[in-house]
Amino acid sequence: MSVAPTPVAASAAATGAPATGGLTLTGVTKRFGAFVAVDDLSLHIPEGSFFALLGASGCGKTTTLRMVAGLEEPTTGAITLGGADITRMRPYQRPVNTVFQSYALFPHMTVEQNVAFGLQQRKVKRAEIKPAVQAMLDLVQLADYGHRRPAQLSGGQQQRVALARALVNHPQVLLLDEPLGALDLKLRRQMQIELKRIQTEVGLTFVHVTHDQEEAMTMADTVAVMNAGRIEQLGPPTEIYEFPASAFVANFLGQSNLLTAQAQGPSGADVAVEAYGSRFAVPAARSRITSGPAHLGVRPEKLHVTTEVVPEGHNAVPGVITDSSYVGVSTQYLVRAPWGDELAVFAPNSGTGGPLHPGTEVTVHWHPAHSFLLSAESGAETAAEPV
Amino acid sequence: MRRVTRWIADHWIMGVGLVVLAYMALPIAVIALLSFNKPDSNKTTYLLDDSGVHWTLDNWTNICSGADDMCGSLWVSLQVGFIATVIATILGTLIAFALVRHRFFGRSAMNVLIFLPMATPEIVMGSSLLTLFVSGQVGLGFGTIVIAHVMFCISFVVVTVKARLAGLDPRLQEAAMDLYATPFATFRRVTLPLVMPGIVSAALLSFSLSFDDYIITTFNSGGVRTFPLFVWGANQRGIPPQVNAIATGMFVIAFVIVAVGQLRNARRSRRAATS
Amino acid sequence: MSAVVTTPAGTAGGDTYEPPPEPVAGAKRRWWVPYVQLFPGGLWLVIFFALPVALLAQSTLWDPAGSLENGYELTWRWQNFSDGISTYSDQFLRSLGYALVATILCLIIGYPLAYAIALKAGRWRNLMLIGVIAPFFTSFLVRTLAWKTILSDHGWVMDVLRMTPFFGPDDRLLATPAAVIAGLTYNFVPFMVLPLYASLGKLDPRLLEAAGDLYAHPIKSFFRVTLPLSMPGVVGGTLMTFIPAAGDYINAELLGSPATTMIGNVIQSQYLRVGDIPVAAALSFTLMAGILILVAIYVAVSGTDEVV
Repeated sequence: MSVAPTPVAASAAATGAPATGGLTLTGVTKRFGAFVAVDDLSLHIPEGSFFALLGASGCGKTTTLRMVAGLEEPTTGAITLGGADITRMRPYQRPVNTVFQSYALFPHMTVEQNVAFGLQQRKVKRAEIKPAVQAMLDLVQLADYGHRRPAQLSGGQQQRVALARALVNHPQVLLLDEPLGALDLKLRRQMQIELKRIQTEVGLTFVHVTHDQEEAMTMADTVAVMNAGRIEQLGPPTEIYEFPASAFVANFLGQSNLLTAQAQGPSGADVAVEAYGSRFAVPAARSRITSGPAHLGVRPEKLHVTTEVVPEGHNAVPGVITDSSYVGVSTQYLVRAPWGDELAVFAPNSGTGGPLHPGTEVTVHWHPAHSFLLSAESGAETAAEPV
Repeated sequence: MRRVTRWIADHWIMGVGLVVLAYMALPIAVIALLSFNKPDSNKTTYLLDDSGVHWTLDNWTNICSGADDMCGSLWVSLQVGFIATVIATILGTLIAFALVRHRFFGRSAMNVLIFLPMATPEIVMGSSLLTLFVSGQVGLGFGTIVIAHVMFCISFVVVTVKARLAGLDPRLQEAAMDLYATPFATFRRVTLPLVMPGIVSAALLSFSLSFDDYIITTFNSGGVRTFPLFVWGANQRGIPPQVNAIATGMFVIAFVIVAVGQLRNARRSRRAATS
Repeated sequence: MSAVVTTPAGTAGGDTYEPPPEPVAGAKRRWWVPYVQLFPGGLWLVIFFALPVALLAQSTLWDPAGSLENGYELTWRWQNFSDGISTYSDQFLRSLGYALVATILCLIIGYPLAYAIALKAGRWRNLMLIGVIAPFFTSFLVRTLAWKTILSDHGWVMDVLRMTPFFGPDDRLLATPAAVIAGLTYNFVPFMVLPLYASLGKLDPRLLEAAGDLYAHPIKSFFRVTLPLSMPGVVGGTLMTFIPAAGDYINAELLGSPATTMIGNVIQSQYLRVGDIPVAAALSFTLMAGILILVAIYVAVSGTDEVV
């Protein structure tokens, strides 16, 4: 695992020799007046991958998607697809299709007419359109709904029509703009699995924009976390979750305890860290910096609470439980550390020992390999306070 | 007792509303009644004497025989209405598209130009147009009536189509373009069909405004007589009772057109709701 | 990482500035497209509305000595205004007074109807709306004539009124100001109801429930919540009613008497019967200016710019 100062450089393909397949954005910037929606974005998405752009609303992810679709034009920068420059192409000239947020199905056409629309516009022979449409409706399990109007379908069915309408054209890239946002939780889970299945089946490149970290992690093989028009980190979901590149990422994906700390240089395979008068160790491979102001991060589920002896080699902090909420699969504790901050701890309900009560004096401990060290400059102001 | 007062509290406003609707419907009922009445003379068409209605079907069976030029004037009104509607609908729809789809220099000036004709009393528009035609030495007649009607219909078309167009989800057009439709194909396959209901209501509104206009027309008609001009002129001498049959017929036709449209909409949305 | 400067294909020379794209994305919008769309309709309105009104303004200063056949001379005769206004001040005041009373009556009867349609009608809403526009389905003139029957000396309205102590056997409704105002109210009430309905229809019923919750008394919640929120409709409706009513002369002609003539009657006969175009134009112009000033004051006082 390389330790990169700027996470975007991990997608080195963009700066190296241009890849022939896949979608490449090079130095793309989009300004709306004085507002910079997308800031010098470079990014390569290999052919056949399921790529997620994850970020809060207003971070520039949808603008990025719209530039790929041709619905916005970049202020500067270039977009290439399969080696061809598509930056200034009209949307109808690009081999790219979009599943719109809220679907944008044509209300005056039936499901079949909606799905056939793209093929008709490309002047595909009539005899070929009908079987293609039927096959696509089979794929999204709406074979019997061809003659209905969109208004007669449920949200999940409309979503699948939107998907079929885009997929039937076999685009080189399929763009999905918050496609599951309008669905309820249960349906959303179901559609996540469904989308992943379809992507594997048809083997197209999917670019998926979402603000839902779980959705991104369930489906995508590569996730890019965007913030304020830039990519904060790019990589496989496990890497982003286990070793976030910045405080923003650490708290946007799940939740992290971030301790204000001072890195004091390497010591063996570790980096020595001092925080609130205590000394901790973080493996060098999990440290973004070796000296200077830092955040020492640990995920709540990697923390343990105990009233007994701390295992050998663990980092430990004493504290008092201030809140305990039992949520079934786990018990979530807030533990006040000696310096006044509270640490969040998720203790799995593994059946050993009952929940501890507020007021109990405990020791919070963790294995050094489960922590990570971030530069304090990495968006400290955007780091949400630990819950 | 509490339940009675509660019921009154909940429903009195509906009661008042229905009384107002009845007030608005009353003259139409009177016209329908009079269309079956045989007056003593054309002078008393609108005066029922103490003996009440003298029932007759004559007004309907001899609908055109009341006065020489009555059905002629009806025909003129239909022609004027048709031509003015077509022109005003096309011009107004184009303006609505420009105003909704574009931000351009002069947009607010255009909005004012659209608004003013609706805020100007008809008599001012009629008399100023007359001044224009007189100074330009344009002969008054069928053409000047059409020009005047198009002028006052355009604004209503713009407002009606604009409302429909502004309610249109811009993503539908983006979706069409994303699906390989050129701007022209997007317009023809997506935008136009979706705006069509607005254009149709604008056209119906134009036609009824044109068909019914008296004040502006009277200034610019020359010797040509539309139906409202005929009624006005006949009022001085005595109105043939057939006028009531024509007015009732107009009402029934218009009512059927609107009711059929409404029923079709209702059925469509019910079908959508139940499946 | 340095931004790669890309040159769009086909741009030769240094002129590579791209204007920001238009709101509806994708289609390359040319600046002249809206002007092409506006041109025919806009030109029509300029030639047949704006120009005539300007000409009308100018004709107010013509010398009345001319005639339609021989043309008029522009002599800057401001006297046309003073002549017209002093001669016909009664008709001016009558027009404004009748229109004002009719507008208030329209508001009083139109508001409950609009409220009932917007908030109480449920599935009957469309049917009631058709009822509101139903008068437009047939001739304005014939409908006004029908009021002659309703208000006639032998009609049942008079029969009922004569049973009250206020009406003697010789009193009548027809040919009185009351008949003219009743006609105006009837003819313009749909123009009041439709804007009111439009703004009441936008009310969130939950807001009314919340208001009912907070203020307990329905009358209080009406004045504190419903009425202020429907103000755009009230302003729009009163303007849509007042403006045409002030210029109307059909009701005065068909239902009134010489004692109820409005300024519209005068302008019409000056133009078409007397042929005194400059004075008629001065009257017409004064009417329009008067209405515009009243409207401007009204809009400013009611504090809304949502007129249409």
